[in-house]
Amino acid sequence: MGRAELPLHAPGTRVDRGYIGESVPRPNAQRLLQGRGAFIDDLRFPRLAHVAYFRSPYAHARIKGLDLTAARGAPGVIAVLDGRAVAEYCTPWVAVLAHLKGIKSPPQHAIAIERACWQGEACAAVVAESRSQAEDAVGLIEAEWEELPVVVDMDAALGGETVIHPELGDNICFKRELDTGGVDDAFARADVVVEETFHFGRHTGVCLEGRAILADYNAGEHSLTVYHATQAPHMMQDIFSRHLNIPEANVRVITKDVGGSFGIKVHVYPDEMATAAISVLLRRPVKFVADRLESFLSDIHAREHKARVRLACTKAGEMLAFELDDITAIGPYSVYPRTSGIEGNQVVNLTGGPYKHQKYRAKMHVVFTNKNVTCQYRAVGHPIAVALTEGIVDIAARKLGMDPAEFRRRNLIADDAYPYSSPAGLKFERLSHHRTLAKLLDVMRYDELRAEQARLCKQGVHRGIGLAAMIEVTNPSPAFYGVGGARISAQDGATLRLEPTGMLTVLCSVTEQGQGTEAILAQIAASAVGITLDKVRCMTGDTGVTPYGGGTWASRGAGIGGEAVLQAGRALRSNILEVAAAILKLDKAELDIAGNAVVNRLTLEAKLPLAELGRIAYFRPDTLPLDFQSELTVTRHYTPRQYGFTFTNGMQASLVEVDPATGFVNLLKHWCVEDSGTVINPMLADEQLRGGIVQGIGAALYEECIYGPDGQLLNGTMADYLVPMAGEMPDIVCAHLETPTQQSQLGAKGIGEAGTAGAPGAIMNAINDALAPLGAAVTQMPFTPERILKALGKV
Amino acid sequence: MELARETTLTVNGAKVTRRIEPRMHLVDFLREELGLTGSHLGCEHGVCGACTVRVNGDIVRGCLMLAVQADGCTVETIEGLTDSKELAPLQKAFHERNALQCGFCTPGMLLAAQDLVRSGRKANREEIRAHISGNYCRCTGYQAIVDAIEEVIHGPR
Repeated sequence: MGRAELPLHAPGTRVDRGYIGESVPRPNAQRLLQGRGAFIDDLRFPRLAHVAYFRSPYAHARIKGLDLTAARGAPGVIAVLDGRAVAEYCTPWVAVLAHLKGIKSPPQHAIAIERACWQGEACAAVVAESRSQAEDAVGLIEAEWEELPVVVDMDAALGGETVIHPELGDNICFKRELDTGGVDDAFARADVVVEETFHFGRHTGVCLEGRAILADYNAGEHSLTVYHATQAPHMMQDIFSRHLNIPEANVRVITKDVGGSFGIKVHVYPDEMATAAISVLLRRPVKFVADRLESFLSDIHAREHKARVRLACTKAGEMLAFELDDITAIGPYSVYPRTSGIEGNQVVNLTGGPYKHQKYRAKMHVVFTNKNVTCQYRAVGHPIAVALTEGIVDIAARKLGMDPAEFRRRNLIADDAYPYSSPAGLKFERLSHHRTLAKLLDVMRYDELRAEQARLCKQGVHRGIGLAAMIEVTNPSPAFYGVGGARISAQDGATLRLEPTGMLTVLCSVTEQGQGTEAILAQIAASAVGITLDKVRCMTGDTGVTPYGGGTWASRGAGIGGEAVLQAGRALRSNILEVAAAILKLDKAELDIAGNAVVNRLTLEAKLPLAELGRIAYFRPDTLPLDFQSELTVTRHYTPRQYGFTFTNGMQASLVEVDPATGFVNLLKHWCVEDSGTVINPMLADEQLRGGIVQGIGAALYEECIYGPDGQLLNGTMADYLVPMAGEMPDIVCAHLETPTQQSQLGAKGIGEAGTAGAPGAIMNAINDALAPLGAAVTQMPFTPERILKALGKV
Repeated sequence: MELARETTLTVNGAKVTRRIEPRMHLVDFLREELGLTGSHLGCEHGVCGACTVRVNGDIVRGCLMLAVQADGCTVETIEGLTDSKELAPLQKAFHERNALQCGFCTPGMLLAAQDLVRSGRKANREEIRAHISGNYCRCTGYQAIVDAIEEVIHGPR
């Protein structure tokens, strides 16, 4: 499989991809390896105050009174504030989007006023000279509570016997129905109809670095500088500006190193807004870093779906129709500003997505409960849609007596069918399901594994093979959020500046949380301009410095930010050549740039080092023609617009061994073939897949936020909430196909979420493949040993 | 607080004396009193390993040991072991294989890995995985980390 050719040089010259497609190590990783990262909690400020929050111990309770006296008298305490005090500095918000018709949510304050709606909601703030003093004083706050009825079960929420927000009328945040028509006919004429209900546990991101913010209000300038572990600095600049009533130009958001985000750090958190408001109130820098217990109670949770799915097929193995009924519970508020309606919406959009059936009907409810809020977390909706689709596909294959790979091959959308519209209305530019399937079966040696599985089964060893085909949303257009009224940028910008020494500075609005964003931007910039990678310095994450843009979410950094860098690099190359033509008194068309020098474009003979060009342009422009002005700083922006999303496709496979005596699942190996368009750095792309897959494994086997009937989180420590550890993880084989998007010159689609999207479904199918000879199946994630033993009838 | 105790310890080769409150954890002391912010706090209850430092030659959880317990001890952190070049082979292998993403767990992971490397055991992949199983990484999925440690122990393949 050849890589896509990029026209990085002017026509007629040797085509050179430069660093595109090279596995170069990340330049910015060195400081992290030496313990010299700059995470929020590593920053040191004069007069820094620390805030800790008094959080509700109840899932639903009226705050009848707060006695703050003792806390105010505690050592080191600077201020103790309730919700009303903070509300004077921070206006509430309502998280709805116009294109999610009918979505509703009540106003939410930075600190709860009168009522707490989940265990862990902040109800008062203590500011002190140290975090430990603030925590000590939190313990001295006396609250008088009146417990209110709690809604924890999503069916009960839908039933509406108890309504959490009476002013909304019911507990339904959002609902959606979709019907292509003809579904009942398709099910009526089907030879085989299968149905199953899948349950998905509520889990959370567990970033190693807790949420962190340091807000520094300067009353002399009426300006606010916020050091924030966020994925979207410009979005937060806008939100701080509007809710704290500070002019946008006076708000600067700086994002240095971020210790993991995965979607957790792209939302507005009440305690973070309160921290910024308190900085304004106290006119000094204030820091909040969530500790691990707070993280479990207040970082967004995700998933928690119950989905019934039906599939109609002919006996020849043709899929005719899908039907879906999904319900998901999101806690007491839709999360600002992206809303908590998107995940369910994505499940409706993506279910059945890889296949060529034409009939589809879906119903989906998003309901309020008295648990922590949920919102977009890595792969938003995809793990649900992929698992329920691929799960029902395997059930149908089993009923048809057809090999699951062959059943998929007969139904995947043909590679030459594009552009293609799905029954859910999604537009696919170009996907490669069949080549992906063929490559996966080849890489994993599918037939040999099946033979080995059959052999071992006779010896009482229960191995299973699971497949999961996927489509993934990447490079979202303004159709994702902007059209709904959210002030979330779908475009991104890049500024490239040639320095006097011939070095290149890249400023870009997409951000780095460790994925390698800055590395791939440097690769693209170096390639586009024609210089070596060691000459490039990349800066992201500062609204005072970079162009305006959306940041990093929805697998958009490479495809959107990377394209902006490419276009800026090409324009800068052209501008550099104009300077060179003026200096050398040659025709610009004869010149090009290679190896940090202006060269003859045909012979590649070096004519002028870029360092010399920079010296002349910046310090001796008097030697250039009077009517010539060099322009060695270039800014370009890019917005994907032709399609709502630039879909990618991929397929995963899992090989597991299930021990029927203990219910333990041993992950033997995992494969992923992914087509994300142009691959800029294969090593980083593989590592995005692997990291994503392991988060998906966590969802499938270990992770669940368990709540009691009173709405209390029962496993809110790292010792109780399991995440994948090194000992249990398999080696993961990655391979790539490259179908570049034609919407951009770079051709890159996103890759950050594909692993998480497909792994849970692949593992579920592998476990059920292993259990099938024993007449058992599991449908509730995570697949704990207890659940597997229950399925086997052993407990 | 009147409970503060004078404590003397050697940190990255330098002798340090401070009056320390008994409740202060070692990692908080290193970060807040000495400005050694390379050791991170991931959970503060001894699970994640991000605060791993070396005390008298053994790796410990900086969030489970009190600073006053380190009186008379030799403490080494990511900063000191970087300056002494002891970690250089692992740092190089981690860099080349991208065995880190956000980098928050990395100092602790490097200290845990170096503990295995300097033991001289020719650990295989399974043993490497077991040795770092007390250090959480949420980004990489661990494979690149295992690859990097394996390379340092066994040499390039």
